[in-house]
Amino acid sequence: MTKKILEKAAANGLINRRHLLGMGLTGAGVVATNSVMGADAALNFEIPGWSKQPGPGASAYGGRSSYAEQLQRTAGRPNPTYPGGGSSRSPLQHLQGIITPNSLHFERHHAGIPDIDPAQHKLVINGLVRQPLVFSYEDLLKYPMVSRIYFLECSGNSGALLRGVQGGNAQSLHGLVSCAEWTGIPLSTLLDEAGVLPDARWVAAVGADAASMGRSVPIEKALDDTMVALFQNGEPVMPGQGYPMRLFLPGWEGNASVKWLSQLKLTREAVHFRDETSKYTDVLSNRSSLQFTFPMGTKSLITSPSGQMSLPGQGLYKITGIAWSGTGSIRRVEVSADGGRSWADALIESNQFDKALTRFSIPWQWAGGDAILQSRATDSAGNVQPTRDAIIADRGTISFYHNHCIQSWAVTDSGEVSNVYV
Amino acid sequence: MSMFKKILAALLLASIAMSSFLASSQETVRLGTPVTEDQLENFDLVAPPDGSGFPSGSGTARQGKAVFDTNCAACHASNGEGTSGNTVIVGGDMHSEENPLRTVGSFWPYASTIFDYVRRAMPADAPKSLSNTEVYQVTAYVLFLNGIIEEDMVLNSETLQSVEMPNADGFIDRSHIQ
Repeated sequence: MTKKILEKAAANGLINRRHLLGMGLTGAGVVATNSVMGADAALNFEIPGWSKQPGPGASAYGGRSSYAEQLQRTAGRPNPTYPGGGSSRSPLQHLQGIITPNSLHFERHHAGIPDIDPAQHKLVINGLVRQPLVFSYEDLLKYPMVSRIYFLECSGNSGALLRGVQGGNAQSLHGLVSCAEWTGIPLSTLLDEAGVLPDARWVAAVGADAASMGRSVPIEKALDDTMVALFQNGEPVMPGQGYPMRLFLPGWEGNASVKWLSQLKLTREAVHFRDETSKYTDVLSNRSSLQFTFPMGTKSLITSPSGQMSLPGQGLYKITGIAWSGTGSIRRVEVSADGGRSWADALIESNQFDKALTRFSIPWQWAGGDAILQSRATDSAGNVQPTRDAIIADRGTISFYHNHCIQSWAVTDSGEVSNVYV
Repeated sequence: MSMFKKILAALLLASIAMSSFLASSQETVRLGTPVTEDQLENFDLVAPPDGSGFPSGSGTARQGKAVFDTNCAACHASNGEGTSGNTVIVGGDMHSEENPLRTVGSFWPYASTIFDYVRRAMPADAPKSLSNTEVYQVTAYVLFLNGIIEEDMVLNSETLQSVEMPNADGFIDRSHIQ
């Protein structure tokens, strides 16, 4: 219940974002506010049992509330021809803010997670350098480091939309994106120590997993903001993220940020590893294939309400979601409740860091009719998130990777929310 | 020079000395241990199209059949036709009407990638278990199954560079977009 007159911002119930600040909307996700405050007879003010006896004491490594354990990544089924291969997806529809907890950060592995003893691990720099070098983990801990908040997104994220997959939710369709504070050594520091020779144009990065997964990185990026990351949200990089160290290429397709990093070889040409030729390339209608598509596109997603949720009844809701761009910071997010015919500016709730997730929200008065919810991001370079039709017009229907199209969630008159194509 | 100027000059010199000290102490974090490329011979598996990373040795498809049957056929089937989507390594045509089947033969732009990938990652349940000779042999066999080389062509670091893949010109390099 609200006594204010809500200022419309766009059709089908979108309300000016300024109202979010004064209306007492709280909490995450779908919030119905159509009950009269304080009038609920079921409210119970007896002192609860947990306030009457001491709980367990401190622990060595924190766990979650037993009431929050439904927050899980979803992992694909094991494939006997691909041992250890596959991915797990972050539960985006249940997260808030911009940081993904380490235990819920998405994963994509090509031969499972190696159990690496950091004391035995080596990082080699060789090839076109004045002096090939090897670094131990202990060596690397002594270097000056930088800490930055960056998103990481698998370039296969959201590919299902280009296949026209029916149904799904934010996690199953888009859960291959996460965001963390990464702490590590600027790669330029280590490359300078080895002495890059003038002929070196690429850096071949190789991991210590069973697939020795490799990717070629242009020297310009390697000397720019690339880091050898040793910490993730303050603790050592998780085993599934490359413990004891990973390459991190801010804004670029996740696969190139090679995990379990063990070798950097300076080369004249790209190596054309399997995972930059056979995979992570996009076949166009004319059957040419885009190769080395590095920065991830400007993108956003409404995480609530989103696919497979249901709205409990007419009333005021908070639409919220995340936006990110591999080519800068998020400058603007617009939301539509009528399938893209009218748009309203969303409120930016978080910091707007370069190449990081950004949280947005906007109030929405649902009158109980059909709606199609969309969001559209614009980044600091002026890139605007495209429609699915625009991506398909550009690339055809064969390509799968690097999809950053607008997601449409339909709301039916009964309040069911589902993935649709408009 | 006045006393004031002398003090100023002394402070200036001290600050220059301090900043150069700081700069040099930054530069002294150089903890990499020098190694030689020879020491890395077994560690460095990077094998790019220019042939620079290839080991000595050679093999033919005729020799590779037995290696393939023993180590690869369980997933890739005896003629490379595969047992599931990702294990199909022969056939396909990038210019077919429907969504083209992408395989080593129809899609991969360089033969070197077969050698590089097999040596580092295959067989999936026992990667790096093949000798360099066996990797040459099985690479030749996969190329032969795709009709790209003859059964008795000797594949080595030199000849591998000369193998022309059907889709070699099928890629658009976007690496300049950063």
